[in-house]
Amino acid sequence: MTSATMSQTHDAAGAGAAHDGHDDHAYWSGGPMSWITTVDHKRIGVMYFVSAFVFFLVGGLEALLIRAQLGSPENTVLSADLYNQLFTMHGTTMVFLALMPLSAAFFNFIIPLQIGARDVAFPRLNAFSFWVFLFGGLLLNASFLFGGAPDAGWFGYANLTSTQYSTGMRVDFWVFGLQVLGVSSIAASLNFIVTIINLRAPGLKFMRLPTFTWMTLITSFLLILAFPAITVGLVMLMFDRTFGTGFFNPAMGGDVLLWQHLFWIFGHPEVYILILPAFGIISEVIPTFSRKTLFGYPFIIYSGILIAFLGFGVWAHHMFAVGLGPIANSVFSAATMLIAIPTGVKIFNWIATMWGGKLRLDSPLLFAVGFVAMFIIGGLSGVMHSSPPTDLQQTDTYFVVAHFHYVLFGGSMFALFAGIYYWFPKVTGRLMSEALAKTHFWIMFIGFNLTFFPMHWLGMHGLPRRTFTYQAGLGFEAMNLMATVGSFILGGSMLIFVWNLLRSTRKGRVAGPNPWAAPTLEWSLPSPPPHYNYRTIPTIEHRDPLWREGGEALDPEATGAPEPVMPSPSLWPIGLAAAIVIGAVGGLTQSLPVVLAGGALIFVCVFGWAFQPLER
Amino acid sequence: MNDATYVPGAARRRRVGAVALALSALVLVSACGGPFPQSAMDPASDMATRLQDLFAGILWWAIGVFVIVEGALLVGIFKYRDRRVGPADGERAEPRHMHGNTLLELAWTLAPALVLVFIAVPTMTTIWDVDRLTTDPDALTIEVIGHQWWWEFRYPDYDLITANEAYIPEGRTVEFLLTSADVIHSFWVPRLAGKRDVMPGHETHLWFTADSVGRFTGQCAEFCGLSHALMKLEVVVATPEDFAAWVEAQTQPSPVLQAAAEADTIEAPQTRTELAREVVADQEEPGGAAEAEAEEAAGPAAQDTDLATIIEEGQQLLMTKGCIACHRIQGTPAAGVLGPDLSHVGSRRTIAAGILENTTENMIRWLRDPGEVKPGALMPALQLSEEELRTLAAYLRSLE
Repeated sequence: MTSATMSQTHDAAGAGAAHDGHDDHAYWSGGPMSWITTVDHKRIGVMYFVSAFVFFLVGGLEALLIRAQLGSPENTVLSADLYNQLFTMHGTTMVFLALMPLSAAFFNFIIPLQIGARDVAFPRLNAFSFWVFLFGGLLLNASFLFGGAPDAGWFGYANLTSTQYSTGMRVDFWVFGLQVLGVSSIAASLNFIVTIINLRAPGLKFMRLPTFTWMTLITSFLLILAFPAITVGLVMLMFDRTFGTGFFNPAMGGDVLLWQHLFWIFGHPEVYILILPAFGIISEVIPTFSRKTLFGYPFIIYSGILIAFLGFGVWAHHMFAVGLGPIANSVFSAATMLIAIPTGVKIFNWIATMWGGKLRLDSPLLFAVGFVAMFIIGGLSGVMHSSPPTDLQQTDTYFVVAHFHYVLFGGSMFALFAGIYYWFPKVTGRLMSEALAKTHFWIMFIGFNLTFFPMHWLGMHGLPRRTFTYQAGLGFEAMNLMATVGSFILGGSMLIFVWNLLRSTRKGRVAGPNPWAAPTLEWSLPSPPPHYNYRTIPTIEHRDPLWREGGEALDPEATGAPEPVMPSPSLWPIGLAAAIVIGAVGGLTQSLPVVLAGGALIFVCVFGWAFQPLER
Repeated sequence: MNDATYVPGAARRRRVGAVALALSALVLVSACGGPFPQSAMDPASDMATRLQDLFAGILWWAIGVFVIVEGALLVGIFKYRDRRVGPADGERAEPRHMHGNTLLELAWTLAPALVLVFIAVPTMTTIWDVDRLTTDPDALTIEVIGHQWWWEFRYPDYDLITANEAYIPEGRTVEFLLTSADVIHSFWVPRLAGKRDVMPGHETHLWFTADSVGRFTGQCAEFCGLSHALMKLEVVVATPEDFAAWVEAQTQPSPVLQAAAEADTIEAPQTRTELAREVVADQEEPGGAAEAEAEEAAGPAAQDTDLATIIEEGQQLLMTKGCIACHRIQGTPAAGVLGPDLSHVGSRRTIAAGILENTTENMIRWLRDPGEVKPGALMPALQLSEEELRTLAAYLRSLE
């Protein structure tokens, strides 16, 4: 029984929802306990956002320390040891604790609203996913307090990660932290797949789904298919480190290349896990602010699917310097180049959507355009190292650092900011300050390019990545200083954003249900939406339901139907999440009693969860 | 409903101008920050030239695509921007919804595919030219062994072992066979060749023909632990004659040791010293000057210490301080294999894998505490007295 098909009796017992006073329907009213036990997708989305954004700031701070060290040759701001911890944690944090969960924040808040559902298919599993993510992220970062953070790179290449070359618990924190985070991602992805397929409003056929929902669906499939590969690798590594097996130990007949294959079979789809939600956001923002429906909707959808498929066949392009031989290199090169085609199709369709529209360059569109402009650069440098001979000079240099920051910051982060400015009124009921938003955009845009553009040249001129220092006289000084200055400008722009966010939450202008005159279903709800979302589930007859004739009048609140019953809050999800992390702590400290305690707690929590009724 | 204010034209133009300025400044600074002695864009071998030519070709395609697509984006924005100041009033004509156009979709699917063909074809031919094994029967084979954090070079044809500085002949194919003694490294000398990973349990290949004489720096390109940034190397491309002379010198004990050995057989200390001095004078090269420098740096007390004593005492330290456990020095009992071969360490331009100039002060600094120069270095601090440091440094620097 899912929330969307709940019976319609009023339920006042739920601690997660207060029904009195003026904010009768605001999903956020209630004390701290109501947040800890909540199963409301909107609250979980907000918690995802806040946690992921804090991790994003931590990762950004790590980046600034890295840039401070690299501002001049043979600098001593950071020791080699601390530098290696910081670049490892910067990458790990940004990928697993910032970008992915920021996307998850949008999935959580927006998807049920976009498809006309009252919650996700498994609300408690959703809460569980969030708590596992949060605890896993805290576990990873706790390493700073216990002998140092992981320092073998976010890609953790074997056999540097073996006990012989990485002593202490640093790498163990990474091994167990990532396994815990994997649990969160897989649970969340299964939840969204079921939600999107099963909880669509009547009439919301697949080819009427909003693009963001489509990209979320594709991303979720990518996640459940990609994560098992890294999980297998991590379990092998855990066995190598804990029980002395030799999967990656050449002296015992193991193979260091096995890790690279397993990691990149996960790692390349991971790139699309980070970028497809951005494509989805952009495909919502551009039509809304062009006052014109998305051009080539089916092509955008099919391109997304094609990119996801091809994404599983290109992993060895991370390994061109390994020497796999001309046949393997040719095949993986050709497959990689193919991805440029659907990606290009998307970009052309976005431009075509704007073409002939009435563009209002409000902050969401500004960031969306920034995304397209920067992503083109990242895409083109990507094509350059899809060519293996060219890649031999570029891989593991700052050229690659420049490339993927144009994709993941110039791409994903610009898009996520577009999404934040776009959906903020729906989440909080208030608009963010446009003046601050535009200032944020321009400072970020300039800081970003100043930081990362020179890195293309640094790489081509011979500066490898992951180096804690460089010597004077190789021509690296000027561009490194430039990048460092740029990174602090970039960091400064975040202060403006945070200020705008905090201020607008309380003092922003009241938004109303649909401040941007947007076409998708979530904008038919009050801002913020009531805790049950849709009093009446609407019937959908059009891809842009609010733009069709009479669509503006769509108001699920106006039907006067009784308030739907929502699932009750529960402590079991956070309990189970804590139990899993306790087990992981036992594993990484190699303490059998703690592992057993964690296992026992997992059993208790699963039992309690299973026998607690959904509605009380 | 949205009444966000719009930026007036002048301010907007200023912003656009500022961005344009910033971007052109980027290109400018990037172009004149040099010189770039380690640049992949300044090739000095057949392979590096192939890679650079391919890159240049792809770069032009990328610039073309960049201009067209970014141009279309900008034109779209400026042309279709709703410039009115104030809230949307709903009175203007709404844009016509266009759901798509199959012909257009077909066109912009095929256009990038066509561009990719122009990139893929030269890519594939280059792969098959540079990625196969060399068929040149005269190729010089050099075995490269990566260590945390230095490079070992072995020339099996000449029974020659050296570290961090490899000589190769100009105009002759050189094939490197790469493997690692510990973790994964990556061999990269940008002006001579693309990277090739250096892995434990695998042997990889890399070959090229250098086409100009000179010193080419490179460094490890795969993160290999604490001092990954300090794992550099130099490949010296020499004329065939100079290369032959280098091989000849490297396959014998250092001249000072030869001289010492000869003198020993005569058993005449005086003669021995003179012989050693002759040899030093013969060297003439930077080493000779540096030697004088070293003696000066060692202070007045050391001026009496002649080379013979240095060699004798240095040899002593070598034995008693444990150096011989890890290092090999031809002509002495030192035959360790864990650390770099030091038979001719005095002839190298740098020490500590390309990190320090080969000067007496730097040698002393290294010997005093290797971990201070190279965090995590396996070589321990030997707890030598200042005098011992001076002696050992002078000894090592005399090994040309």
